[in-house]
Amino acid sequence: MSAILIVSVVGIMITLIIQSIPSIQSLGIKYLWGKVWDPVNNVYGAFPFLQGTLLTSFTALIISIPFSYAIAIYLGEYNTKGWLSNLLKNTVELIAAVPSIIYGFWALFVLVPIVRKFEVSIHVVPLGVGVFSASLVLAVMIIPYAAALGTSLIRMVPSPLKEGAYALGATRFEVIRSVVLPYTRSGLFAGILLSLGRALGETMAVTVLIGNTSALAHKFLEAFFGPGNTMASVIANEFQEADHAMYLSALIELGLVLFFVTVIINMIGKKIITKYTNK
Amino acid sequence: MEGRIKLRNTKSIIFKAVVVFFAFVITIPLIVVLLYIIKMGVMQVNWHFLTHVPTPEGETGGGIANALVGSVFIVGMSSIVAIPVGILAGIYLSENPGTRLAYYTGLCVDILQGVPSIVVGIVVYFWIVKPFGFSAISGSIALAIMMLPIVIRSTEQTLLLLPPSLKEAALSLGVPYHRVILKVIVPCGFAGILSGIILSIARIIGETAPLLFTALGNTLFSTNVTKPMESLPHVIYTYAISPYDDQHDLAWGASFILLMFVLLLNIFTKLITRKWNIQL
Repeated sequence: MSAILIVSVVGIMITLIIQSIPSIQSLGIKYLWGKVWDPVNNVYGAFPFLQGTLLTSFTALIISIPFSYAIAIYLGEYNTKGWLSNLLKNTVELIAAVPSIIYGFWALFVLVPIVRKFEVSIHVVPLGVGVFSASLVLAVMIIPYAAALGTSLIRMVPSPLKEGAYALGATRFEVIRSVVLPYTRSGLFAGILLSLGRALGETMAVTVLIGNTSALAHKFLEAFFGPGNTMASVIANEFQEADHAMYLSALIELGLVLFFVTVIINMIGKKIITKYTNK
Repeated sequence: MEGRIKLRNTKSIIFKAVVVFFAFVITIPLIVVLLYIIKMGVMQVNWHFLTHVPTPEGETGGGIANALVGSVFIVGMSSIVAIPVGILAGIYLSENPGTRLAYYTGLCVDILQGVPSIVVGIVVYFWIVKPFGFSAISGSIALAIMMLPIVIRSTEQTLLLLPPSLKEAALSLGVPYHRVILKVIVPCGFAGILSGIILSIARIIGETAPLLFTALGNTLFSTNVTKPMESLPHVIYTYAISPYDDQHDLAWGASFILLMFVLLLNIFTKLITRKWNIQL
């Protein structure tokens, strides 16, 4: 049965590679930074999607970091047991349980009008949908992953270390800053990597919210608040419309890139965690 | 000196306040989403809604019976595929740690856990949809692939927690190995395995991306698993991006049902793990 699993994973990889061969052969490495995506004229460049993916994922990550750190520190250090701590822990887990399409649907009808008002007030084109809205929702969705890992790691900090610091007269904040956080630094980083892996591959909420345009914005504000496209959302939107082999193959190559990027990020994260927990 | 200590203490208090603030602010979006979905959805749900198929655009009424049945079919079929494979692989991993096959299996589980769901959709499209056409079965296989790593990991973790003396006692009584596994190991870890299964079902029932190119969706009532079939998340997606208010209402109702289902499954898992005191 384990063998079945290995075969299927290898199969996934081989399928992706074989199906994207036509696009790799004819487009070469230029594909990755080609700036124009124009299937009608058979011009394929993945740069707009790379930019969209990186922009949404990293914005979401930056928004989520303070929250996931705060949850990890609160649950791991300040309040480790009791009903309040359990309640917060379960609530955070529920955030991860809500299907992404429901987040997308809700945000389309509630968050987007709010963002639109905000965009009017800062004088950019008030579309509402776009990279910014997608990042906001994405940030909420990825918090549980980093928070859960961070909590368990902070709880594993040996208490003699902390007690030593307290005995020297350190305040709680000083213990956290100079004992707990340095001790768990690489583990927390791994948690952020896992969150990033989630954010990169997240499809449905982003597809609904990002506005779907393959044109490359030139100014930063335009790119940030305007509509865009991520690798996952362009696959979701255009896969069924892909009417010739080249188009399809180019989309699959996007999937291949996405697959390898998320696998590598997850592997690094997992490596750090195993190294850390075995020490 | 006094002043310095006061400053440090104040700093500590402020830091705690900031941490508490950020930690609890994050519950707000969840509560807002839940309340909004409940508010919009609960009015839609009635007997008619649950037993009728969607009406054409512009007509009022209609329900999501096809999506409900479709979701049950698709998730049920993927469970049939994923649960035995997952449990067996989990048993293998916990019984033979350190072998080469176990190492590569563990690696594959990690990889599979990180694969974006849309990529799974593409791959299954080429495996099954390309040769046989869109079908509910292809959707089930895509979901089964998403389900496997969760089932495997939870089975493995639960079984590793069992004391080895249990197995040794059974073996020393002369019980054959396969019966030890079936009659001692699996029943003892049953609660953990079960909660892993429920959790994985809760995870995949809301997955939309792999179904886009596989089960496709169907506006009619269908129980033929070799033909396209509607599912709850897919019905939400199509109606969420449609311009008609009637369809939005249907989507709110569908979201409500999906959300309730996922929450119930999660609470159920919590109860099981609490009763048997399992750490997942």
